[in-house]
Amino acid sequence: MSVLLPRKPSRRGILRGTLGGLSASVALPFLDIFLDSTGKAEAATGAPLPVRFGTWFWGLGHTPGYGVTEKATTAPGIEFLDQAKALKPWAKDISYFSGFNMPLDGRSNYTHITGWVGIATGTAPATITEIPSTTLDLMIADRISAGTRFQTIDCNACNQPGENYTARSTTSLSAAEISPVALYARLFGPDFVDPNKADFKPDPSVMLRNSALSVVSEQSKQFIGTLGAADTARLDEYFTSVRQLEKQLALQLEKPPANEACRVPGRPGAEPDIKNNGMEVEVVRATHGIMAKMLAMAAACNQTKIINMVYSDHHSHLHRAGESFNHHNLTHEEPANSHLGYQPETYWFGQQAMEALAEYISAFASIKEGDGTLLDNSLIFAYSESSNARIHSLDGVPIMFVGKAGGKAKPNMHVMGKGDPITRVGLTAMQIMGLPIDAWGTQSLHTSKSISEVMA
Amino acid sequence: MKLGFLRTTAVCLAAALALSACGKSEPKVEAAGPAVRRVTEAQYRNVIADLFGSNIVVVGRFDPLLRNNGLSSTGAWDAKITPTGVEQFERMARAIADQIVSPTNRDVLIPCAPADATKADDACAKQFFAKTGRMLLRHPLPPEQIQVTVDLANKAATTFNDFYRGMSVGLASLLVSPSFLYVIDTVENDKNGIPQLNAYAKAARLSFLLWNSTPDDALLTAAEKGELNTKAGVKKQVERLVASPRLESGVRAFFGDMLGLDEFEAIEKDTIIYPTFSLAVAHDAKEQALRTISNLLLTERGDYRDLFTTRKTYISGPLGRVYQVPVPRPDGGWAPYEFPADDPRSGIVTQIAFAAQYSHPGRSSPTIRGKAIREALLCQKVPDPPGNVDFSQFNASDGTNKTTREKLAEHRANPTCAGCHKITDPIGLALEKIDGVGQLRQTENNAPIDTSGDLDGVAYQDAIGLGKALHDNPAVPTCVVSRMYAYATGRAPGASGDKDLVKYFGESFVGDGYRIPDLMKRIALSDAFLAVSAPKSKAATPTSASAAPGSKEESKS
Repeated sequence: MSVLLPRKPSRRGILRGTLGGLSASVALPFLDIFLDSTGKAEAATGAPLPVRFGTWFWGLGHTPGYGVTEKATTAPGIEFLDQAKALKPWAKDISYFSGFNMPLDGRSNYTHITGWVGIATGTAPATITEIPSTTLDLMIADRISAGTRFQTIDCNACNQPGENYTARSTTSLSAAEISPVALYARLFGPDFVDPNKADFKPDPSVMLRNSALSVVSEQSKQFIGTLGAADTARLDEYFTSVRQLEKQLALQLEKPPANEACRVPGRPGAEPDIKNNGMEVEVVRATHGIMAKMLAMAAACNQTKIINMVYSDHHSHLHRAGESFNHHNLTHEEPANSHLGYQPETYWFGQQAMEALAEYISAFASIKEGDGTLLDNSLIFAYSESSNARIHSLDGVPIMFVGKAGGKAKPNMHVMGKGDPITRVGLTAMQIMGLPIDAWGTQSLHTSKSISEVMA
Repeated sequence: MKLGFLRTTAVCLAAALALSACGKSEPKVEAAGPAVRRVTEAQYRNVIADLFGSNIVVVGRFDPLLRNNGLSSTGAWDAKITPTGVEQFERMARAIADQIVSPTNRDVLIPCAPADATKADDACAKQFFAKTGRMLLRHPLPPEQIQVTVDLANKAATTFNDFYRGMSVGLASLLVSPSFLYVIDTVENDKNGIPQLNAYAKAARLSFLLWNSTPDDALLTAAEKGELNTKAGVKKQVERLVASPRLESGVRAFFGDMLGLDEFEAIEKDTIIYPTFSLAVAHDAKEQALRTISNLLLTERGDYRDLFTTRKTYISGPLGRVYQVPVPRPDGGWAPYEFPADDPRSGIVTQIAFAAQYSHPGRSSPTIRGKAIREALLCQKVPDPPGNVDFSQFNASDGTNKTTREKLAEHRANPTCAGCHKITDPIGLALEKIDGVGQLRQTENNAPIDTSGDLDGVAYQDAIGLGKALHDNPAVPTCVVSRMYAYATGRAPGASGDKDLVKYFGESFVGDGYRIPDLMKRIALSDAFLAVSAPKSKAATPTSASAAPGSKEESKS
């Protein structure tokens, strides 16, 4: 139903009516026991522990042949090689997908872009700027994000807010968080309601913010029938975004269930030197590391169920201090070392990316939740945009699932795609996350075959 | 083949411009439907500064706009606002509103004082929101909308026992209103039953084109009086807007967009390789480019083409360190500056902003610079490199490739790469004595740098020669006209009617001595600029167009 059309009274309306009673605190019992006896559900609500989904993106893939040992057929166990050695301790939490291809049906390979767009939307873009359909994280968000403050939290660790690989369409773009300090303020600043605080009193200023948004929502009626269909749809999306924020604020007016896993992190101190050197690898790693811990805790504190992290952009403009070539330039221009057999500088950047991923995984694994960890209740979809960046190859772009998705995913599998469309991986992720979807993708990327080997 | 094509095109365009007939009538184009465009970041900031003063700080992140056809502002004509975007706008709105009602600003920005600052004051609130709402939303607010805002403010004032806090809540609601964040055309029928923009929509179109900001009181008053429904009334207002110092905001916004300067301050350089580069340099380099443009095009009412040859600019302390020239103002502030006649720099493409923007973090790039000049200044599309090209073949392991020129020569000799590199590299190589942040150099890897090249058959020896070649290239004025048209209307010239219209503007531009204010004025006064058709289709079933989050839940409630 369009938000431009009149709605039934909502919770917001009821809240608006309670403004007169702002001074009375809402007395809700603090719960001493957080989880039920099974360790898999919240005692406060009896609901199963939430399952989170996230994407983790790095640009320019692995140096071919140095990420994993390929297998003849799909089988348990992943043998990470030197460039991805940081993932070895986490191999049992990972499923690795090799050999899935991206047929383009005659469309251009828009270098470094077609790869991520095809993987995230199931369709190869027809132009360099096209986002053909909603990215899979948002499809999952539409399914599972109810009850959390933020539908998604999007971060970019390399100082490029516009490099945010989540969108509903070509013209529906949002900026990623690039600053750990700003991210902290958004997640754990004044609007955060600590679920483990004994006293809870709704903040009257939040109620009034909600009232202000209600006034805005009412304006939707002004535009009914005055615009063309496309512009009506655009305003429709705006009002839906307003409604999303209203829901976000409404949650702040409720006492959240007590949450053992949630421990409000300290405010970050001095920020890495993002402004001057935000694409320099050391700064990117530092930024990413701080954000990883914050994001994991945001998930544990039920602030969001969907997290998107871009470690390096699709062209990977990351560079080392004092070096005139960045990662992307190096993939094209660095000579291969005849003794090593690969481009050593390029290799180093890929190694750094995998160390960052290991750090990200560790942040999720370090938070106890129920009888397991936050990682056990998460599915992180880690992917790149090319399998051999030097020649922009789209055959065998690396993808990993990390985590058990609350028991729905079966890790420690190395899946060999044997040239199947890479959309099989995205379809599988969406099914694991509970989407009632039996097929996905278009043209040669259309598939109805999910990958049962990684589904519990 | 490619060069020949470009040369032929350029010659044809030159002939077309030379044959321009003064007094030719404006070609008719099919009017587009009513537009809905999101305010850009620059517009948002300008509006707040214009209405409330430049001391009001705007902090927040804006949803990015899709850059298409060489401009990002045209992305506003299609842009949606995401949940993250609304969250940011709401946060910005509260912060702005709090500043406006603060003890420091309230006496100036709120036209009345409450009888009791601890209580709601209906009359004062009504006065403030009627006045401020008209300016923010670009039309008088209907009484019921004023009352809703006043009620909200009163409720908040009562809750907090603070009139001003209430005003802040009410004002914030206006700042997240769709009528503020979007410039929404309203269509009405004229006396002949023909659709036309209503007067307030015309006012907004004019002010955002010419000032990149909201209409002022005089323009809204002209709309109220119906003056914008006559050609004479529009002409009077356009002439006033063009004569205003605020035209500079419009000119800066257009060129900032066309030259890609909007993102310049986020540019990153390796500070080990380029220790003179800093955030201050990045900020000032962008400002230098815009001051150069404003001075030439507005203050001096100069020929647009002279942007590529002028030695006149402005300089600050941080820029002086990069240019390695003494600065006129020891305090580091801005001062007019003219590069001496024997300096190898002249024209905007030799300034730091262009040199640094179109380079890598640690080195220059003739290919990127050449591509930027082709695409941004000549409106010529350079194809993307083929996906499967293997660059490693160009890297000699014995160290024989000393300069970028030598390396790129191999690209141009390779049939796969030559098509693009032949049209980019000879341009960019002319700028090779200007390094990745704009400093002069004479050698690369101890080899002397050769800056000779050609632009569409016009040979030159150095950056100054490139500037002259750009000055005389007929594609340069044609391009800026095309971009200005797209900037003004959100339409990339493509349909035949548009092409004729753009050609007409191009001929006028030549006749007007290549003066940008005259071009802006002609577009603003054209029939096409304010024309509108009825909405293409009524939104009878708006749900079909959006798969936005929450819609499904909403329908269940």
